[in-house]
Amino acid sequence: MIGGGWSLTGLWLAVMASGLYHGVNPAMGWPLAVASGLMERRVRALLGALLYLGAGHVSAMFVVLVPFAMLAILLAWQREIQIGASVLVIGFGVFLLIRRRHPRVLTRIPPSRLALWSFTIAIAHGAGLMLVPIYLGLCRSFDMDRGHQAARALIGANLGMALLVSSVHATAMIVAGGLLAWLVYRYLGLKFVARGWFNLDTVWASSLVLVGMLSLAFGAALPGGEGR
Amino acid sequence: MNMRPDPTFYASPQLAMEAPAEDFAYTLLLSPDFSQPDALAVIDVKPGSPTYSQVVHTLAMPNKGDEFHHFGWNACSSSLSPLTGHAFLERRYLIIPGMRSSRMYIVDTKPHPTQARIHKIIEPEEIFRKTGYSRPHTVHCGPEGIYVSTLGGGGKDGTDGPPGIFIMDCETFDVLGRWEIDRGSQEKGYDFWWNLPRDYMVSSEWALPPQFENGIVPEDLLSNKYGHRVHFWDLRARRNVQTLDLGANHQMALEVRPAHDPSREHGFIGVVIDTTNLEGSIWTWWRQGGQFHIEKTATIPPEPAQKELLPPLLQGFGAVPPLVTDIDLSIDDKFLYVSCWGTGEMRQYDVTEPRKPKLAGSIHIGGIVRRSPHPNGKAYAGGPQMVEISRDGKRVYWTNSLYSTWDDQFYPDGVPGAQVMARAEPGGGLTLAEDYWVAFPDGYRAHQIRLEGGDCSTDSFCYPSVGI
Repeated sequence: MIGGGWSLTGLWLAVMASGLYHGVNPAMGWPLAVASGLMERRVRALLGALLYLGAGHVSAMFVVLVPFAMLAILLAWQREIQIGASVLVIGFGVFLLIRRRHPRVLTRIPPSRLALWSFTIAIAHGAGLMLVPIYLGLCRSFDMDRGHQAARALIGANLGMALLVSSVHATAMIVAGGLLAWLVYRYLGLKFVARGWFNLDTVWASSLVLVGMLSLAFGAALPGGEGR
Repeated sequence: MNMRPDPTFYASPQLAMEAPAEDFAYTLLLSPDFSQPDALAVIDVKPGSPTYSQVVHTLAMPNKGDEFHHFGWNACSSSLSPLTGHAFLERRYLIIPGMRSSRMYIVDTKPHPTQARIHKIIEPEEIFRKTGYSRPHTVHCGPEGIYVSTLGGGGKDGTDGPPGIFIMDCETFDVLGRWEIDRGSQEKGYDFWWNLPRDYMVSSEWALPPQFENGIVPEDLLSNKYGHRVHFWDLRARRNVQTLDLGANHQMALEVRPAHDPSREHGFIGVVIDTTNLEGSIWTWWRQGGQFHIEKTATIPPEPAQKELLPPLLQGFGAVPPLVTDIDLSIDDKFLYVSCWGTGEMRQYDVTEPRKPKLAGSIHIGGIVRRSPHPNGKAYAGGPQMVEISRDGKRVYWTNSLYSTWDDQFYPDGVPGAQVMARAEPGGGLTLAEDYWVAFPDGYRAHQIRLEGGDCSTDSFCYPSVGI
């Protein structure tokens, strides 16, 4: 069951791994940082673009996690929430598998609004949803005796955890994407933009389904709500 | 859908130059008397091939009277920006508008150019119904899909409302609707292009359908009623942000050629004729401090001629106007090619300093009065018109027809289709290739050329050619 020492490490590793995964995916924006650096011919522009991409990404994660942070006060429904979240993640993965089109509204965001673009693309691809099951696991393992806590303290703790998870994830994302962007800018050249780009649409949607399934399995193994 | 980006998507203009050269060219053929269906010709341009400079495949359309003119690809190097969200499209379909019928053909060039076939036909009614526009013209692939400029509005003669740009889905080719939210004072259309990372579009003006469909209207020209303004747009916001008037005497502002390198914020526009002195001109526009500016940077004088050598339309002037009908910019933004369709000259300008074009090369072929033959001895009717440059900048291809009814006015003896190629020296200078001459089927005229793997008037880039 989630909550043991090794699985806590495992959950944090999952937060970081998903960050690295989002970071190296060109569709999440690192080539835009290369373009900014090259357009202005200075590394500072590349770093600036990364900052905006990161800010957009972290906000997208946080916005998705917040409702679950609130829901977590419903202690009696913990199992149902976990199952509901899992079904939501699986459902979104299936939706992405069926609807293979890029939402056109994204292309209307001006190139100067990188943070907004990064936020929207992360939401549209369900990047935040991927974190929800992991987040719920972390919340649970973090405060095992929360049955004794006041609701306000619990929400505070959960919001803090949401912020922490979003930040750790987005930091990993920016480190991975930034490293790639800098390597391309400095050493590899623009050829790598096309060369390092793989169609991850199917893999991405499938990983949402997979995360949801795993979470569903854990959720089913959870004891019923503590209030019962 | 590919698993990797199409190998013919190039992040920067520099990478496009370094990519393998084109083996095939696509040229639009039109039947000027509408007796045959218009067609797409596929030409072998691979040196050393046994069918070099010959048409190796002709795809005739199922309708007559479409009047093919310009065309474009469904996808290009612009797909390599994460902002577009469609990195895995293929450069595969040619989008061919019928400028007279308002019908559009989507032609599939895979698995091989010589097997090109019709993938989809968009009937005029769909375009009328969904956009209120007619007479589609320039095609570019961009952030929201495929953008198509038009020359006509609604109604039978296309004057019910202004023409504009509409968008098509880049996968299904469904017509999605009008692009503009606020067109400002724009009421004529022709060409457009953009700078994608800087997020602006530039569009030009030719004429309304009654001013061109049955031939040039001399009274309208002499009273300066053709287009003479350039419009600058906020691309994502779809708003006209600035309109610059070139002066009413600068009639017909046609091709828009922005620098390919997105870090350069300038471009060129060709003006067909100055009604005060018959000159053709090149204009350079640039953006500075958020404002667009434009100035005339090169002029081409008319050539005096005896009245009896001139078609009736020009006899009163005693001179041949150069008629700058097409311009094209090499992918490294160094050379601008200028078609002088009236005098029969292809000019090459060094535009390293964009506001000081320097004449670097010139070839005389055809022309209303000069009638210069090709070095292979063959007569070249018409003059240099639609021009296309290979990505590496070494080969410059062009054809000879302008538009069915206008051809007849300026070249009453007819303009049988021809396509030639000139070699460009790296430092400037042009020479016609003696072994390149494409003969097309009888009764056809030749219009725009597209090159396999992209060319200098299709691809938009989102990364500059700097760095390593």
